[in-house]
Amino acid sequence: MPKTVLLVGTRKGLFLLESDDRRDWNLRGPLCESWPIYNAIIDESGTIYAAAASEWLGSSVWRSSDLGETWTQSSEGLNYEGVDGLKLNKISSLATGHGKLYVGAESVGLFESTDEGKTFSLVSTLDGAPGREVWNDPAMQPPGHLGLSAILPYPDSPDHIRVIVQGNSTFDTNDGGKTWEPRNKGLRRDWPPPPNEEVGFCVHKLAPSPDPERWYQQNHVGMWRSDDGGTSWTEITEGLPSEFGFAAAAHPQDRDTFYCIPLDPGHGRTMPDGQAAVWRTRDAGSSWQKLTNGLPDRDAYVGVLRDGMVRDDQDDFGLYFGTSTGQIFASLDEGDSWTELSDYLPPIQSVRVATVA
Amino acid sequence: MADVHLPSTLRPLFADLPRHVDVDAPTVLDAIAELDRRWPGLRDRLCQEGPSLRRHIHVYVDGERGDLATEVPPNARLEVIAAISGG
Repeated sequence: MPKTVLLVGTRKGLFLLESDDRRDWNLRGPLCESWPIYNAIIDESGTIYAAAASEWLGSSVWRSSDLGETWTQSSEGLNYEGVDGLKLNKISSLATGHGKLYVGAESVGLFESTDEGKTFSLVSTLDGAPGREVWNDPAMQPPGHLGLSAILPYPDSPDHIRVIVQGNSTFDTNDGGKTWEPRNKGLRRDWPPPPNEEVGFCVHKLAPSPDPERWYQQNHVGMWRSDDGGTSWTEITEGLPSEFGFAAAAHPQDRDTFYCIPLDPGHGRTMPDGQAAVWRTRDAGSSWQKLTNGLPDRDAYVGVLRDGMVRDDQDDFGLYFGTSTGQIFASLDEGDSWTELSDYLPPIQSVRVATVA
Repeated sequence: MADVHLPSTLRPLFADLPRHVDVDAPTVLDAIAELDRRWPGLRDRLCQEGPSLRRHIHVYVDGERGDLATEVPPNARLEVIAAISGG
């Protein structure tokens, strides 16, 4: 029977939640020697990869081909040896595509592995991209900087990849990382523009819809929609309680339905008024519904980070999010009601899901 | 032979890695290179680009704080410490 596996990356290791029916769940962990896990994924073969970054022992990609029973780790080639004085401070994002494993890092760089995570090679440090000259300067970075915070390989070509450089821009490459083009047209910012005004935007999360032309974006300032493949953006914040948030997820079949979790801006970055809520639009952002059934309705000062919400790929899809205070919530009715799957985990940094045989 | 003491957090990462290893190497860098030859990948856990020691990895040679260039006399005690920090 197929099994649903949630991969929960926390500040103290990886945890797996497994279920045959998405109602009764079994928790395993902490895995990966309790290293901080910034992201974890399962590829098509069922192999788990976890991007881990220890304050003491550096960054490494952990790998398990038996659903977390046994693990190896490697960072061979995951460094900037000889590259412009850059240092690899952490790895933060993972993706698979075209038979490759991609890893994003801070300082900003994209690595790939063609041997299932045994060795890695540097694809690009985005040289020549606008903003590249300043974004690795520690003085220009916020605390906890993730560098290359997201990697979205396109299915059409291994040379076509979209990435987010945190606090700066979405970039596309069409030539395997040799050149990069910003994709921020229409976005706004609440701070002075950099010399090149094409960049300097704080993109938190990109969520592609089932229509390749329709994308959604949670930005530091506002929720946004694109109808041209993520090249230009229209603001759809009106009706939400806050323009700020991190997590976002798109419906797997309906291009107009999309989910986000607004947070208070500033230093708090928790759900407004201490009431946990997911917000849903069914009309591409013209209107929003607040979804609270089953979520804590008072004294819940919880946050959800940029990789903290995900949906599975089943027809009656499940939607899941993990909080900064260690809870996992799930909905099997498109967000109308929610159930708590787990409590008392360490602070959650990422949630991914897969259905495995 | 220097007597190299390794942090306990390294042991789960490398098969059969003991807490104490005898190594014949003229410097701390050479000692780590020898450890990496015997347990591939170990150098990455202790060193970053440069190479330099990772920020929270400290080494002591016969009780004196050292760095990668520090000489390791024969029969020295080389302690590799993961700094006490974090929460």
